[in-house]
Amino acid sequence: MPTTTTPKPHPSGDNRFKLLDRSITKHQSRGDALIEVLHAAQGIFGYLENDLLIYIARALKLPLSRVYGVATFYHFFTLKPKGKHTFVLCTGTACYVKGANGIQHAVEECCKVKFGQTTPDNKISLISARCVGSCGIAPVAVLDDKVAGRLTPVSAVERVQTWQQQPDEVSA
Amino acid sequence: MTVEDLQEVAEQEQARQANFTHRIMFCAAAGCVSCGSVNIRDMLKKALQEKDLAQTVEVIGTGCMGLCGEGPLVKVLPEGTLYQRVDAPVAQRIVNEHLVQGTVVKDNVVDTSHPFFASQVKIVLENCGRIDAEKIEEYIAVDGYQALAKVVTEMQPGEVIEEIRKSGLRGRGGAGYPTGLKWGIVRKVPSDTKYVVCNADEGDPGAFMDRSVLEGDPHRILEGMAIAGYAVGAQQGYIYVRAEYPLAIERLRLAIKQAERLGLLGNRIFESQFNFRIDLRIGAGAFVCGEDTALIRSIEGRRGRPRPRPPYPSERGLWGMPTLLNNVETFANIAPIVRNGSGWFTGIGTPKSTGTKVFALAGKIQNTGLIEVPMGISLRRVVFDIGGGTPEGTEFKAAQTGGPSGGCIPAEHLDVPVDYESLNAVGSIMGSGGMIVMDSTSQMVDVAKYFMDFCKDESCGKCIPCRVGTVHIHGLLDKISKAQGTTDDLALLEELCVMVKETSLCGLGQSAPNPVLSTLRFFRHEYEELLKQPETFVPSGNGNDPTTH
Repeated sequence: MPTTTTPKPHPSGDNRFKLLDRSITKHQSRGDALIEVLHAAQGIFGYLENDLLIYIARALKLPLSRVYGVATFYHFFTLKPKGKHTFVLCTGTACYVKGANGIQHAVEECCKVKFGQTTPDNKISLISARCVGSCGIAPVAVLDDKVAGRLTPVSAVERVQTWQQQPDEVSA
Repeated sequence: MTVEDLQEVAEQEQARQANFTHRIMFCAAAGCVSCGSVNIRDMLKKALQEKDLAQTVEVIGTGCMGLCGEGPLVKVLPEGTLYQRVDAPVAQRIVNEHLVQGTVVKDNVVDTSHPFFASQVKIVLENCGRIDAEKIEEYIAVDGYQALAKVVTEMQPGEVIEEIRKSGLRGRGGAGYPTGLKWGIVRKVPSDTKYVVCNADEGDPGAFMDRSVLEGDPHRILEGMAIAGYAVGAQQGYIYVRAEYPLAIERLRLAIKQAERLGLLGNRIFESQFNFRIDLRIGAGAFVCGEDTALIRSIEGRRGRPRPRPPYPSERGLWGMPTLLNNVETFANIAPIVRNGSGWFTGIGTPKSTGTKVFALAGKIQNTGLIEVPMGISLRRVVFDIGGGTPEGTEFKAAQTGGPSGGCIPAEHLDVPVDYESLNAVGSIMGSGGMIVMDSTSQMVDVAKYFMDFCKDESCGKCIPCRVGTVHIHGLLDKISKAQGTTDDLALLEELCVMVKETSLCGLGQSAPNPVLSTLRFFRHEYEELLKQPETFVPSGNGNDPTTH
């Protein structure tokens, strides 16, 4: 292979695929690394688009049905884009006993969408999680990857409202 | 790395620690981090610098200290003073008053003679809150990897298995299968390639014991797995850990790297013929993957669907090879048993359930957090002495153990000893260690419905009893909870529960009806009240289904 001084862009024109290729090479394109590769892909692209699944299936030499089957089996993988902010509400037993459903209703009311959905302006995604393992400070939610404990419906709605009031970002 | 080298690392680290007059530990486990313990570290460091103590006082992050409900927690050594709810002003006072003036900050000090601490026996959690989880040297300084050294250099694999068998250790994942027996089976199966797998897919909602061990003392798991590898003749280990635990994943990655750097994992461990490597596999959020065969499928990169057993994973597991599968807590017990001998371990707990069990206490209870108690302790002591009972003004109603596979234990059975057989006898299970306390505000029909909602979502769909049965049980519970049920519905519910329990393929389906059956057994009147007097039913604060969306 001839050496080039400037790094070559990915043939697709999207250099994020280069990151994905690196992860695939790390696992030697082995089919049993599918879940690891899907984790990497979701980390890079945010969600798993159909084209992305086809790309991974080709790279790992797996039938597309297998890749799609695995991607849809596990809750962690999402085939739809997420909003700018994510509100992950824990619905584990401890949070349930401490009143997580009150928070759920309040936040749904505030965002006008149900859990599992994203607001039409793509700003906030409401997601429910099984248990985030912080039961000592229940009820818990993970707001943009930060755990917030001892929530009340009021404090949860306040957090969501600060997101709603943020001006739309001018795309860079 | 030789045994002498290991000793040297330990001595160097002990000497380094002796240079400090005080060591301040802040809890760096998930619970306290989310209360802002990392900021507290920065505050402490800044305050120390101002007082010119930065060279003589060390600030380190440790694993879970147990009292998660009162975080962030800070401990000052050598005195062992524990502070709760530490914020910026308190951090400043700890430095000014405790370190400089030598007086304890009374407002925030925790009474460590309280039964919450005094009733506990720590084996699995002995290093949580004691060492910096991100430094292998600290683990080695508290006898870490000594057990592995002993096993590899002094013992035959058969002797190791015999020692574990004699200790009476049983699987801490919940089922309680004798660990030594399992190891012996894997050892006996002839095969050049074998695997050791650690099940860290802690899926039970309300359980966070494994997470705390992985975050607070990751090397203990690596050591336990390496000993298991030596005993059964495996050279490769996998830890299957939940994607929901990013901190645990990060610490495990770091721990594996450190152990490889010192030659405690890899080729020719302690200059013997024994090679052992450990890789991580990240789960992707499927409760069913806690089941042995489903977990194995998931490691292979497939949908996590269980298969009929036998053949058991011990004979044919990962890629068709004999595979030893144990839970995090089981592996965490291995090194202390090897170090201290099986006789020491059998001295703790009851004759049939030896050792200790870690529980995650949560729900309507004063002291939430992580506790480790000897087996055989009464539930009453756990809930009222250690947990401090339910919040003021409410009455204890039931303790739920075993998560969606377990049951509710009512007040009249509070004196039941916590061991595998006794909990089974009252219709619950030991489970992996989640213990949720419910008070009089919890409606048992709703609780049963909550768990069934969980199981119907998490059913993998392979076998019909579980896939269809759980949906129908949930439907019936929904109908009854809305006061629309009839006595026929109740009879059908019971019949369906027994059917699903007896005919499902894997543990998920077989245990899914347990919460319903156990609430029917002890709180049948709550079901019947909903049938008889529909007009008096007032939903509680928890009356609605939290997961319909």
